[in-house]
Amino acid sequence: MGKQVLVIEDEPNIVEAISFILARDGWSVGTHANGETATEAVLANVPDVLILDVMLPGRSGFDILQELRGDPATRTLPVLMLTARGQKKDRELADRLGVSRFMTKPFSNAEVLEAVRDLAGPTAS
Amino acid sequence: MPQSRLTGSRIRERRLVSGIRQADLARSVGISPAYLNLIEHNRRRIGGKLLVDLARELGAEPVTLAEGAEAALLGAMRDAAGRFPDQEAEVDRTEDFAGRFSGWARLVAAQHTRIEELERLVEALSDRLTHDPHLAASLHDVLSTVTAIRSAASILTDTTDIDPDWQARFLRNVGEDSARLTDSAQGLVDYLEAGTNVEATPISPQEEVAVFHEALGFHIPSLEDGSGEPQDLVAASDGLQSTAARDLAARVLERYRADARAMPADDFAAAWNELGDPGLVAARFQVDPAAVLRRVAALPDGPATGLVTCDGSGALSVRKPVDGFAVPRFGAGCPLWPVYQALARPAQPIRTLVEMPGRTPRRFTCLAISQAHLSGGFGAPPVFEATMLILPEDASTGGEALPVGGSCRVCPRADCAARREPSILSGSG
Repeated sequence: MGKQVLVIEDEPNIVEAISFILARDGWSVGTHANGETATEAVLANVPDVLILDVMLPGRSGFDILQELRGDPATRTLPVLMLTARGQKKDRELADRLGVSRFMTKPFSNAEVLEAVRDLAGPTAS
Repeated sequence: MPQSRLTGSRIRERRLVSGIRQADLARSVGISPAYLNLIEHNRRRIGGKLLVDLARELGAEPVTLAEGAEAALLGAMRDAAGRFPDQEAEVDRTEDFAGRFSGWARLVAAQHTRIEELERLVEALSDRLTHDPHLAASLHDVLSTVTAIRSAASILTDTTDIDPDWQARFLRNVGEDSARLTDSAQGLVDYLEAGTNVEATPISPQEEVAVFHEALGFHIPSLEDGSGEPQDLVAASDGLQSTAARDLAARVLERYRADARAMPADDFAAAWNELGDPGLVAARFQVDPAAVLRRVAALPDGPATGLVTCDGSGALSVRKPVDGFAVPRFGAGCPLWPVYQALARPAQPIRTLVEMPGRTPRRFTCLAISQAHLSGGFGAPPVFEATMLILPEDASTGGEALPVGGSCRVCPRADCAARREPSILSGSG
């Protein structure tokens, strides 16, 4: 079984496409669409890499990231953030909160795959 | 005759510009240099044939020498020069320029007016782009959908051995997302097209009401004589799109009717002319002073007046501009307006002489007062409303005037302590 990646994103067709390409690359993919319960979902089963959308129903990705960075279990978890707004202030906020990588929509499958592989480190599958 | 006093100055200015000696000019029209000197210093009146002769020698129209170029044109040209002080336009010779090249002068003035119009339009549009939630949401939607389509399409094209079930699934996704993208894109296009007509697309209920009020006028005869109903006026409007705007407009009109009943137009006009003081007039009609301020702004005759009202947060609910006192269509006004001072001093009447910026500054007397409404109950926090009547004054009105503006974005007062955001005016760097 490959490494685990959790995709927190509310756009079902994006989730499906990302899951498909990551699964083909040998990842075990979990998904979650609700912002309010996202932190619990991550802590219940901490993945090797987290993909986190900024605009989620219920709770912003920034809040979730902040909470995860405050928890010892996820302080160093590699997090790739996705946003449709590439504004400088969003990027700065994400950096300040301790994001590992920031990616703006529209991105390509190859970019996501490469980022996830990088974040997982040299021992990636 | 005030013009003739200046005719001499114009002759002198014109002669010096043309480089003609006083003695030569005098000789050419058959008078002594001493007499011309008296004329040039406005010590002798001049007219008739001599004026025509001098005008001919100076290459000017007699009327230009006698009356000068049109005052409004000169004012506009000086304003235009003030906008770009670095260009060092010869402001002291404006009149000469306008007299000699009237077409060019009118062009300068027309361009100046056009620049001001465009700046106001840019202000309105940039406000919209910065603060428009609809636009932000639409763009987010488009980008998300494009991302989904791109991902799915790339899976379909790049995955040579794709399982038929997955293939069908992604094809379906692409189909769905394309339809969604079409809707989002179409919505965006419709919105932006509508946006080209700034006047017709208010973005907030307050702005809808402002447009409605401007169209209806601030004196409403059918509410004065009781023949009209506020609800009917609201229902008859095409401009009030949202329920919030309809409710707001109805409340404003209900209050107008109540004011009109308490202070019938003819009685009120007579009282206002006689007493000229909101406090005294309020006492006579047994109403609160704010109602009197509103009523003055609704008078059909007499000098033009402006009116603004705001709630405790400073949000403007009534925006009646008056020539020279710009009230922004949406967003906040100048923080120095007395209406906001009134909020800080509930129930205290405030009378302040203010000056609006401009190359020709304009002065206004502002009468403001804020009152508490206890419509939430006696124990609930009072709801404050401030009302300000704006009365234009002559430019010559003396005394200390408080420098204020319209809204920060179009205000040239660069070093204002109350500035909230930078101005877009080029002159205020």
